[in-house]
Amino acid sequence: MLKVKNINTYYGKVHALKNISLHLGEGEIVALIGANGAGKTTMLNTLSGVTPASSGSINFLGESITGLAPDRIVKNGVSQVPEGRQVFKGLTVADNLELGAYLRFCSRESKDAIRRDMGHIYELFPRLEERRKQMAGTLSGGEQQMLAIGRALMAKPKLLLLDEPSMGLAPLVVQEIFTVIERLRRDEGTTIMLVEQNAKAALKMADRGYVLETGKVILEGPAAELLENREVQRAYLGKDKKEIWER
Amino acid sequence: MNREVYKFLVLVAIVLLCPLAVHEGYILNVLVFVGIHTMLALALNLLLGYAGQISLGQAGFFGLGAYISGILTATHGVNPWLAMGEGAVVVTLLAFLIGFPILKLKGHYLAMATLGLGIIIYIVFNEAVDQTGGPSGLSGIPNLSLGGIIFDNDLKNYYLIWTFVLLSMGLALNLVHSRIGRALRAIHDSEVAARVMGVNARLLKVQIFALSAGLSAVAGSLYAHTMTFVAPASFGFNFSVELVTMVIIGGLASIYGSLLGAALLTLLPELLRAFQDYDIIVYGLLLIIMTMYMPGGLVKGVPALFSAIRSRLKRKPSAHA
Repeated sequence: MLKVKNINTYYGKVHALKNISLHLGEGEIVALIGANGAGKTTMLNTLSGVTPASSGSINFLGESITGLAPDRIVKNGVSQVPEGRQVFKGLTVADNLELGAYLRFCSRESKDAIRRDMGHIYELFPRLEERRKQMAGTLSGGEQQMLAIGRALMAKPKLLLLDEPSMGLAPLVVQEIFTVIERLRRDEGTTIMLVEQNAKAALKMADRGYVLETGKVILEGPAAELLENREVQRAYLGKDKKEIWER
Repeated sequence: MNREVYKFLVLVAIVLLCPLAVHEGYILNVLVFVGIHTMLALALNLLLGYAGQISLGQAGFFGLGAYISGILTATHGVNPWLAMGEGAVVVTLLAFLIGFPILKLKGHYLAMATLGLGIIIYIVFNEAVDQTGGPSGLSGIPNLSLGGIIFDNDLKNYYLIWTFVLLSMGLALNLVHSRIGRALRAIHDSEVAARVMGVNARLLKVQIFALSAGLSAVAGSLYAHTMTFVAPASFGFNFSVELVTMVIIGGLASIYGSLLGAALLTLLPELLRAFQDYDIIVYGLLLIIMTMYMPGGLVKGVPALFSAIRSRLKRKPSAHA
């Protein structure tokens, strides 16, 4: 479904992504893990066109989306939940969701279809419906994350890019959000690329994973294998340390 | 939406009936200025309040509209309406072209770039003496006329200007309540998020910048044809800052706020005449107090003030009981 080949991305002179290649199959959940500054968010921003790659190719559903502007990439079926949620705080919850369907409004899609999808988002996150007339800035962190996901889903993406959905949230809320992500894949077959600091939780849910370090893919494989990998455990799951301490 | 229409109709009625209450030419003339300033504040508010992009060069676009209209009619004998149209088109296109490189900048840098743009335009007004008449200005600009009516007195000008004000307010209200308006506010809150939602933020920002400039140019033309005289001093940096103040005092991202802000800042200096030499101090103090106690602008502050007074009046009798 998605094929990324030898991508290089720079921020000015900083070489943020070094020759990265990865792929995603239809209906897969793939986790991208790594420490701060490893290039996880840059990878997603490159996929969505916000920080275009300087070389390499991105192929989505058999079409090249390399170098396209973000709005064209959304049109092709890739939707991103940006890091730190970034909901539109001065707009109501309902307005935020409608903005997610911005391009569908532009292409004169029927308003009924969009409204139906909005109802579907409210079904997924009942709390958003209760607060639909509230300003998004007044929501709690967890609710804002739900809104950010709902907003991205309003574009009817085939591929959903999730950037740290657990950031700064209470464990219970994280669990709730992860449940919804799993439900999305199970019920609707949405393909998901998940960037997470919380490597353990991400790998438990994902089918496969990529481990990034300073802009390079250093490990890849089935999520279950990565979970067992000693290197991953030492670097990202903090397991060895705990065992040493227990001894 | 119905409430919006209702509100707008009330405003139309007030505008229509106002001259019945004030006959004095001087007051009508001040109201003409309120109208022109409202159009300018409105144009800037679309950019600053909704899209969140600052411009300190609005006086330049206003001046360009005025000078294009003035030169075409006074020097070349073009029909004033045609000149107004040409001014609007030229300024809109100019802003569109300049907008692409300039609006990549953000915050303070954008403020500096637009400031520079305004200053360049101002210098051209002063230095292109052959065309503009330089610092001493350009006179002999004809009034607008429509089907035998020549807009040559305060009352006629009042109706002319306010027709344009109401039209531009109607246009702006429509725009901000549409999908485009939502997208603009989205860019204001988070440009990255707006872009990954499929909003072509770069283009939309340039488009709204061009619209804002074009609307300012129309206000400039109206100014030129009602005053029949233009000079560079009216289009300097100070006036750009005054427009930003109008928008902020009135209320960011509020169409009616633009009207309130423009009205207040135009009327206040007239009302403060009583303080004679100290008027500028009182003016400054009032602005400071208003920004401190009405951070949402007049449009939010005044209703809040009324409800605060009402609740205090209600509380008093019960305190005695």
